[in-house]
Amino acid sequence: MQYMLIMRSDDAAVEAFKEMPFEQVIEAMGKYNESMINAGVLVAGEGLSDASEGFVVDFTADPPLVTDGPYGETKELFNGFWILEVASKEEAAEWAKRCPLGPGAKLEVRRVHGAEDFPADNEWIQKEEGWRAEQTAKQAAQAPGGSD
Amino acid sequence: MTEASDETARRAEESARRAVVAVWRIESARIVATLTRYTGDFALAEDLAQDALTDALDQWPAQGVPRNGAAWLTSVGKRKAIDAWRRQERFAQRVAAMGLDLEQEQDRAADAVPWDPDEIDDDVLRLVFTACHPVLSQQARVALTLRVVAGLETTEIARAFLVPVATIQQRIVRAKQALADANVPFETPPRAERQQRLGAVLGVIYLIFTEGHAATAGEDWLRPELSREAIRLARQLVALQPEEPEVHGLLALMELTAARFPARVDAHGEPVLLADQDRRRWDRGAIRRGKAALARAESFGRGLGPYALQATIAQAHADASDLASTDWARIVAAYEGLERVAPSPIVTLNRAVAVSMAPEPEGGPAAALAIVDGLAGEKALAMGHLLPSVRGELLARLGRADEARDAFALAAERTQNVRERAVLLARAAAGR
Repeated sequence: MQYMLIMRSDDAAVEAFKEMPFEQVIEAMGKYNESMINAGVLVAGEGLSDASEGFVVDFTADPPLVTDGPYGETKELFNGFWILEVASKEEAAEWAKRCPLGPGAKLEVRRVHGAEDFPADNEWIQKEEGWRAEQTAKQAAQAPGGSD
Repeated sequence: MTEASDETARRAEESARRAVVAVWRIESARIVATLTRYTGDFALAEDLAQDALTDALDQWPAQGVPRNGAAWLTSVGKRKAIDAWRRQERFAQRVAAMGLDLEQEQDRAADAVPWDPDEIDDDVLRLVFTACHPVLSQQARVALTLRVVAGLETTEIARAFLVPVATIQQRIVRAKQALADANVPFETPPRAERQQRLGAVLGVIYLIFTEGHAATAGEDWLRPELSREAIRLARQLVALQPEEPEVHGLLALMELTAARFPARVDAHGEPVLLADQDRRRWDRGAIRRGKAALARAESFGRGLGPYALQATIAQAHADASDLASTDWARIVAAYEGLERVAPSPIVTLNRAVAVSMAPEPEGGPAAALAIVDGLAGEKALAMGHLLPSVRGELLARLGRADEARDAFALAAERTQNVRERAVLLARAAAGR
């Protein structure tokens, strides 16, 4: 399953980040990214440039209204993301906790929709569930003995 | 205690258990590799690591998850090694041999990185080569790789392969015994054996992948979790062996194949053939990653190996919006390449299929049928369903309906996969 780690920072954290030596930031993030690449879990990831360079397209108006700068009155700015392919929610949490971020920064972790999100009445899902129940029962029955 | 607080406690415990498993998934390879280097004994190290995991499962739910779980697990593993040596009265001997004050070493801050970052990658690579060692059966290599390199629990491996847990446990115990009996050293193979041994590693990863996407037995057509595990292993191997083109080739092949998974099964759980797949459902991200990996394999300029050549074929499909606009000449050329580097009747049969799709006169069903009929005497295809299934398809396209029906019926009789049989029987019935 895939999870997206969305980096959000408040204004103070963004300013503090700008004060940090660039080399140090690059090295810490580089090591973090490398550890996820080496583990085979990093699917995608990008850092975003300063929010003041961005703009917002608002569909409340027709035609949509384009405004320069970050989104609304937000106290937190999005400034990067990673997409990880992991075995569990807990594994996503474990990777997220290792991110070299400081006070004022947060990672919002969201699951990416996948094939497992097919509607529950999908026959394939039902078959798979039935099959799993059957296997569990079989394993329970065979657990003490069993052979190759 | 009230029922509600019981429930809260149970949930907290389950959440801590899952946190242990998550750390284990990420760190098991490095922990086992470190303990193997420390003890000089892979089988012992694997036992120690499993014991440490058991301790974590016992203690973390009550005491909380330590800040550095890997350091905790490694340190517990080392302490258990010392205890084992004490029991065997080999402690003094080990201390003298290693020139280390082991007691002191394992008291170091649990927060410290438990391994040397410059050496750990080499140790993990040694672990991969050990788990895929030629003294082991293919089944044993698969089980050991999933357990020590991928960090899967025995129950997960058993569930994935539809066998009892005891079977996987036995395979792992026997595998460790076989490695010990053969005195397999914990090292990357010597230069002369390197390509062959790397081939064995790639073979194990690909076997895990194919077991996930084309189940050899049973009713299930797709077990994507196994395939994802194989892709994860290949990405790890790419990081460890970036200078090996075929590692990139294997990753490319698996990414490009997995990209089609969302379209391979219909709403009723029936397999959908390539020709009928809704290509809008293909995973564009996986295709992009697969193409990037293939480009890296090609960038070495040393010619393509079997995995990269198969990836080339998968990429030709990924690049096309439908079967008709597919670059079949490129696919035929890739199969010809495969016949040179890894000749087999299966490859020739696949080339025949590609030829049947290429424009006439070089291509087309008649040209393909000539190739297929040339394979009639091949022992490797004599019992399987592939040859009659392809023949049936070609005969149907040539308008030879009676012969096509017989071929499909024969193919249905021979396949082990229940769902595949249904597809073939439908084809046989359609010819009536």
